[in-house]
Amino acid sequence: MDTNSIKVMTTPADLTPDDFRKIGTDEKEAEVIQRESISAWRDAWQRLRSNKMAMTALVVLLLITITAFVGPLISKWVHGYNYYSNDLLNTNKGPSATHWFGTDDLGRDMWVRTWKGTQISLLVGFAAACIDLFIGVIYGGIMGYFGGRVDEIMNKFSEILYSIPYLLVTILLLVVMEPSLGTIILALTITGWINMSWIVRGEIMQLKNREFVLASRSMGAGSGRLLFRHLLPNAVGPIIVTVTLSVPNAIFAEAFLSFLGLGVQAPIASLGSMINDALTGWLYYPWRMLFPAIVISLTMLAFNIFGDGLRDALDPKLKK
Amino acid sequence: MVRYVANKFFFMLVSLFILISATFFLMKAIPGDPFTSEKKVPPAIQERLYEQYGLDKPVIQQYVKYLGDIVQGDFGISMKMINQDVSKIIGQTFSASLKLGVVAIVVAVIVGVALGMLAALYHRRLIDNVAMVLAVLGIAVPSFVVASLLQYVFASKLHWLPTMGFKGPLYYVLPVAALTAQPIAFIARLTRSSMLEVLHADYIKTAKAKGLSWMAILFRHVIRNGIMPVVTYLGPMTANIVTGSVVIEQIFGIGGIGKQFVQAISVRDYPLIMGITIFYGILLMLARFVTDIAYVFVDPRIKLTKGKEG
Repeated sequence: MDTNSIKVMTTPADLTPDDFRKIGTDEKEAEVIQRESISAWRDAWQRLRSNKMAMTALVVLLLITITAFVGPLISKWVHGYNYYSNDLLNTNKGPSATHWFGTDDLGRDMWVRTWKGTQISLLVGFAAACIDLFIGVIYGGIMGYFGGRVDEIMNKFSEILYSIPYLLVTILLLVVMEPSLGTIILALTITGWINMSWIVRGEIMQLKNREFVLASRSMGAGSGRLLFRHLLPNAVGPIIVTVTLSVPNAIFAEAFLSFLGLGVQAPIASLGSMINDALTGWLYYPWRMLFPAIVISLTMLAFNIFGDGLRDALDPKLKK
Repeated sequence: MVRYVANKFFFMLVSLFILISATFFLMKAIPGDPFTSEKKVPPAIQERLYEQYGLDKPVIQQYVKYLGDIVQGDFGISMKMINQDVSKIIGQTFSASLKLGVVAIVVAVIVGVALGMLAALYHRRLIDNVAMVLAVLGIAVPSFVVASLLQYVFASKLHWLPTMGFKGPLYYVLPVAALTAQPIAFIARLTRSSMLEVLHADYIKTAKAKGLSWMAILFRHVIRNGIMPVVTYLGPMTANIVTGSVVIEQIFGIGGIGKQFVQAISVRDYPLIMGITIFYGILLMLARFVTDIAYVFVDPRIKLTKGKEG
């Protein structure tokens, strides 16, 4: 608070004549904002902070991410092995002091592999979400901003693309392109951006007739400036929510592709491919599936809950 | 109305055409042909093979022929299963998948709507909270994790249900449970929120005020209006269950089309991959089309606005 603000919190007993002063007739002074203004972001953050479920989810996500990177290092220091070092005398062993999550069929440590897999899954999820964001925002922004014919044609195109079941397209692409980390991410984004583009389009369409846009336009702002300086920043809430919710979708899709043998290929492992590898002996060596399955479920759960919380925080209108 | 249906139908055909074309040209883009990897074959036999499979003709001609064949329901011949028609393989394996899928859809709708209704009627009470926790779990936990867990607990440890195979009613329980976990969660959430909205609507108050019994209100007004959004979800749900069944069939050893698909991909049996992809495509787009149409019939409000548009 600045120095000349009125002490609103004081009780009548504390009031002295000094607390009162003439504001005068100067309108400018009368309209000075007396209290610190809360920005939309702080407001949203406060709402988010009071949402216990969402904050728990955020903490879980942070923990998972940190462990994904620190976990393998710990094993390296303590036991001296990495994700591909194998111990063929100790294959398919249950959790123990040296192998916290047990070992797999090649005697590789499951603790290290689970967290390495988490890294890969998170990478796939985030990379796919970022590309979706990039394409979706531009495509959706153009659709929403220009409207009319442009919108009609671009929208029809995205609708047709969307109506083709995306997993089929992804599978086809990967059959042709041979799966690697890059092609998987590419295949996941081939139709993944459409949802984002529709969200952006809807937001822009609502915003573009507002007064502040008119004001900026009347001062000679061009399309690019209007779109990137005024319209998109105002649509950032729903965009963030969509990104948050599209990360678990990509992680799930990658896991699904692993079941078809089209996920990341050995020696790299993702959570999905580890679960798939564990499937054959799962009834005998449950820990090989259990730990990656727990991590992937927790990750997706946390992303979903956090995304819902974010939506409530950023867009209170939607809250029921 | 007719125009709306025609429009949707045309739209579906365009999407299908694109899927088929994409499938064809992507497969053509793979270097080599089915016979390059085989051991050395005399040129005469090679030519004979090319001729038999139509590979000696220009790509465009092959494409037109492929389109024509598909219209007649002919997906070509499998490359790995000697002399097996792709359409025959699909036909043989489809029945198991169809049974599983239909049961799953019915179960998902009934359980999902019931759960959502209970949650809405007992809003903010124990049942509501339990149902919503289940719903969040159902949406977040991948179906293959659910499937493996169910298999481990109920089949392997407790021996209540069969682990694998598809021979009788008991064999349905676990796969259907795994397959429907996510749709049930989704439907429950949809039903709950729309029912909550309906329960506070004015026409419910009117119904109460004119002295209708609670049961009559529930069945005549609340449910009919409350399950409307569920209808829109039927299309995506079919897609969810069809793709989900690919994994579930593998886990539970069900000889359906999904298992065939996984096999085809692992041995790179291209005609079979193409055939099943297109078959799935047709199935899912039909489901979408039916959903779009059904929604107009179920919800008269949509009919009005759409009618004005078209």
